[in-house]
Amino acid sequence: MLFLQVMADGLLLGGLYASIAAGFSLVWGVLNIINLMHGSFIVLGAYLAYFANQRYGINPFLFFPVAGAALFVIGFVIQRLVLNRVIGKTVLITLTLTFGLDLVLSDLMLQAFGADYRKLVLHPSLGLLDLHLVVIPLDRLFATAASLAATCLLWILLRSTRLGRAIVAVRMDAGAASLMGVRAEAVYAVTFGIAAAMAGLSGSLLAAIFPISPLMSGAYLAKSFVICVLGGLGSVPGVIVAGLLLGMIESISSIVVGPNFSTTISFVLLLSLLFFRPNGLFGRRGFE
Amino acid sequence: MKWGTTAAGLVLFFAMLACAISGDNYLIRMATTFAMYSTLALSWNLIGGFTGYPSFATAAFFGLGAYASGVMELHGFSLLSGVVVAGFVAGFFALALGALVLHLRGHYFAIATLVVADVVREFANNAESLTGGGMGLNVPLRHGSPHSQALFYLLAMSLCAIVAIFAAKGVFKSRLGFGLRCIAQNEAAAASIGVNARAYKTAAFALSGVFPALAGAVYASWVTYIDPTDVFDVLLTIKPIVMVLIGGSSIWFGPIVGAFVFIVLEEFVWRHLLNFHTGSLGILIALLIVFLPGGLRSLIHPHNVFQRLRRARP
Repeated sequence: MLFLQVMADGLLLGGLYASIAAGFSLVWGVLNIINLMHGSFIVLGAYLAYFANQRYGINPFLFFPVAGAALFVIGFVIQRLVLNRVIGKTVLITLTLTFGLDLVLSDLMLQAFGADYRKLVLHPSLGLLDLHLVVIPLDRLFATAASLAATCLLWILLRSTRLGRAIVAVRMDAGAASLMGVRAEAVYAVTFGIAAAMAGLSGSLLAAIFPISPLMSGAYLAKSFVICVLGGLGSVPGVIVAGLLLGMIESISSIVVGPNFSTTISFVLLLSLLFFRPNGLFGRRGFE
Repeated sequence: MKWGTTAAGLVLFFAMLACAISGDNYLIRMATTFAMYSTLALSWNLIGGFTGYPSFATAAFFGLGAYASGVMELHGFSLLSGVVVAGFVAGFFALALGALVLHLRGHYFAIATLVVADVVREFANNAESLTGGGMGLNVPLRHGSPHSQALFYLLAMSLCAIVAIFAAKGVFKSRLGFGLRCIAQNEAAAASIGVNARAYKTAAFALSGVFPALAGAVYASWVTYIDPTDVFDVLLTIKPIVMVLIGGSSIWFGPIVGAFVFIVLEEFVWRHLLNFHTGSLGILIALLIVFLPGGLRSLIHPHNVFQRLRRARP
């Protein structure tokens, strides 16, 4: 009984994690940049959903593509204006730059929204799905389904559209892709935009379930790290599996050792992964 | 060049001395902060600059030192013994950590070191019986007037900086420094000409852990109250990197120049932007990396900067 419930909670959480980490993994794989702004993008998406609901009464489950579109524009512009200048530079430069940009973004959000935790409340509440063995809150189920759908859509985009093939080609070898007529710079900008869009829409979905605050960005960034290292760099199926896995691990560990240690556990997991399997659980080689 | 360095050093020394004897506690405080920043930047440069390993663990070492010394002082030991123990604790911690993470490269190394500060902070938060947890730790106050205390901490922090200066200069000019620069250029090639890369970079990483811990130990005693969010603050990691980016990493005194410029900026610009303090630091970082990637030295050839303004990509 309890075991099944814990598993169900873990899977619901893990499905959300898939879309949280997908964009982060994509940017890391294609641009070879660790985007420390990712957590703030998620929080921004969450606030967009919150205010859309507060002011205009829009349901976050309908709004999340809009948040994604807005974040796409923001990500595209940031990439074109700033990040494009450091493509191919050392890790120190790219990491410090995105750290600096994240300071700006999170400080702006702190000014605009304050540090208070807010909660989006759905009217009427969606209620529970009682399956006798397990009880599933419907809002969580919807959020997870939407998250997984968006992540699968990203996968289809990468696998079977011209744009997606161009992105994958640039990821494999930017120089060769350029020689074949792919405009690598445009691909970088679109990729970063897509990643920001994934962050924004997952933020909107999170807003429907969890309280939001600018202070949450670090936690979401950390989860993206863990999932990305767990699933292997830039691999969408890897992100889905790793997201579900992390959700299960957190859900189980919160029962076994208590919810306070969930961050510590994911960090310990990350460090031991980096030590034993730096290329991810599934052994795909990274780009280092 | 050699005389220029000496002259600059003397000017700096007398400026610090002038701050000390001016009797103005604000100036003394600034000089102390400058000494602290110099220590952090110099020690980061050992691993991040010379060796080219993007370490984000400075805050972990600083906080570890602050807590080691703070706990010692709380149990009646002197500041000096606290500082020494802090240096050893952080040094051994860095040695062990280095053995674990220095085989990683690039992004993976950066993330591993970044996460370590969080793990140590969590530990400090949870080990309440030892560290006081999130409530923080009250370090015993020293006797004496505020002014004599300010002078004392200026002296103590300057000693940390001087130790770090000698270490940085010594490493730079020694076989170790040469080996580290080889590793930065091409680790495989360095190994093939007989540089023991593993031992060298572990040594550099351990050294880069010791001096921030000394500064952290003095800091804990100086501000008399520490808590995990303060001494494990990720800004303590990022600021030294910015200083080195400003001052240049390829020469041992670059970080000191960077620390000086940084503290001037911090005092005169950000103090007027209290509500947007970290945001303006972020803007500085972005401007610096986009327009002055070689640090202040690119100002010697200003046309480079204007060229970068025009070109979207290098």
